[in-house]
Amino acid sequence: MSTFPPDLRYTHDHEWLRPQGQNWRVGITQFAVDQLGDITLVDLAREGDQVTKGQRFGTVESVKSVSDLYAPVSGRVIAINAALKDSPEDVNSDPYGKGWMIEVAPNDKQELDELMSAEAYAAHVAAQ
Amino acid sequence: MEPKKTPLWEAHRRLGAKLVDFAGWHMPVSYPAGTIKEHKTVRTAVGLFDVSHMGEAYLRGPRAREVVAKLTTNAVESAPAGKAVYTLLCRPSGGVVDDCIFYKRADDDFMVIFNASNVAKDVEWFREHASTTCDVVDISDETALIAVQGPKAVGIVDALADGTVADMPSFTFKDAQIAGVRCIVARTGYTGEDGFELACDNGNAPKLWDALVEAVTPHGGLPIGLGARDSLRLEAKLPLYGNDIDDDHTPLEAGLGWAVKLDKGDFLGSEALRAQKAQGVTRQLVGFTIDESQRAIARHGYAIIDRTAADLGIGTVTSGGPGIFVGGAIGLGYVPSAYAKAGTQLTIDCRGRDATATVVSGKFYKRPQ
Repeated sequence: MSTFPPDLRYTHDHEWLRPQGQNWRVGITQFAVDQLGDITLVDLAREGDQVTKGQRFGTVESVKSVSDLYAPVSGRVIAINAALKDSPEDVNSDPYGKGWMIEVAPNDKQELDELMSAEAYAAHVAAQ
Repeated sequence: MEPKKTPLWEAHRRLGAKLVDFAGWHMPVSYPAGTIKEHKTVRTAVGLFDVSHMGEAYLRGPRAREVVAKLTTNAVESAPAGKAVYTLLCRPSGGVVDDCIFYKRADDDFMVIFNASNVAKDVEWFREHASTTCDVVDISDETALIAVQGPKAVGIVDALADGTVADMPSFTFKDAQIAGVRCIVARTGYTGEDGFELACDNGNAPKLWDALVEAVTPHGGLPIGLGARDSLRLEAKLPLYGNDIDDDHTPLEAGLGWAVKLDKGDFLGSEALRAQKAQGVTRQLVGFTIDESQRAIARHGYAIIDRTAADLGIGTVTSGGPGIFVGGAIGLGYVPSAYAKAGTQLTIDCRGRDATATVVSGKFYKRPQ
């Protein structure tokens, strides 16, 4: 069974979320990266956009396919990882670090509690 | 149904391949290097492909030439012995049953290699049209096929063949020993690079593969998965059956008129194709590049639209993806002939967002001579 960083929260759609002060940073998991293969383009919401939990906030294009990114929580986008425009491969090489995607100021902090722990997410992945 | 395994399945597992179901086979889509690195390795060094899922058959007998002449659009039957010929198999409508390569050994002995996804259909098609006129021997399940492609491919294979294959012209084949394995060696491929495709018995395939892996590794060579096979062929503008060519489009519409010899006599589809040629095609397969500012990639099935036209949808993307070696995003699609000229601006509906693209003529990638 794969392991995932214990300090993050996870969604069924293979996004991770990391509380950073008042805001939450969002990316996709190693499992998602392994499924997608080499990522060639990341298209994200803009700073200031409102994102809604479960709704699309961007897309990732790999060599072979395109996949939607779903917001793990609702809130306002306060930062995006602009470096991914020129180096989308950072998502492959460092999905929990340099490959982060957006930072969200959450509307409702309770939403964090609805997300999965690393252990629960690992079980979710193992069942796939 | 359980997917079939090629004789190299264990080898792929050992190499850490990501295996997926494809056309009824469990095939490597990529190895640990990943599709981008694999693609670039074929362009700059050499790559090995297991394409044993493809179909192989013989058409044999005193009247085999007659059957082959009827089945094929290209001048397969009149080719000299030892020649490999790319051809379409057409229906009477002019639609395409498959594209394939025929290998003429003699007037009474032709081999053909065809797409994995069409094996049952093609064998049935051959048998139906051969009827009692010639024998059709399906050797797909006993035959392995390994492609060695890239600028270093010829030297490497030649060294394993005691110097007997380097002087083979493009699109020829012969029997030769490669690393001690009896092979049919063809100077062909599906990547836009120079190289060979090696057919051998299943039982010998692991020995041949291991020898090739050992030979290419010091040259920076890698095993290559189906992901890069697709991106390489797209850059070289080689059509993929089921995407760019199918029952509903003719070879003339697909830009494959060079492989249709309307003057060779009657063949399946010749009447329809002659009529279409006389009238001119109304739609054509074109290559396009997505304009750089668009940050979009067109994929198979996306609509090509014209917002100024009464009928918005003018065509469909048949293949598309990142141009891994050439850069940008590239694709193929059918458009009305009025939109087919190089330089024409197209709009592609990329999942609800308009992306502008430009028609380009010729291959996206052409290897340096």
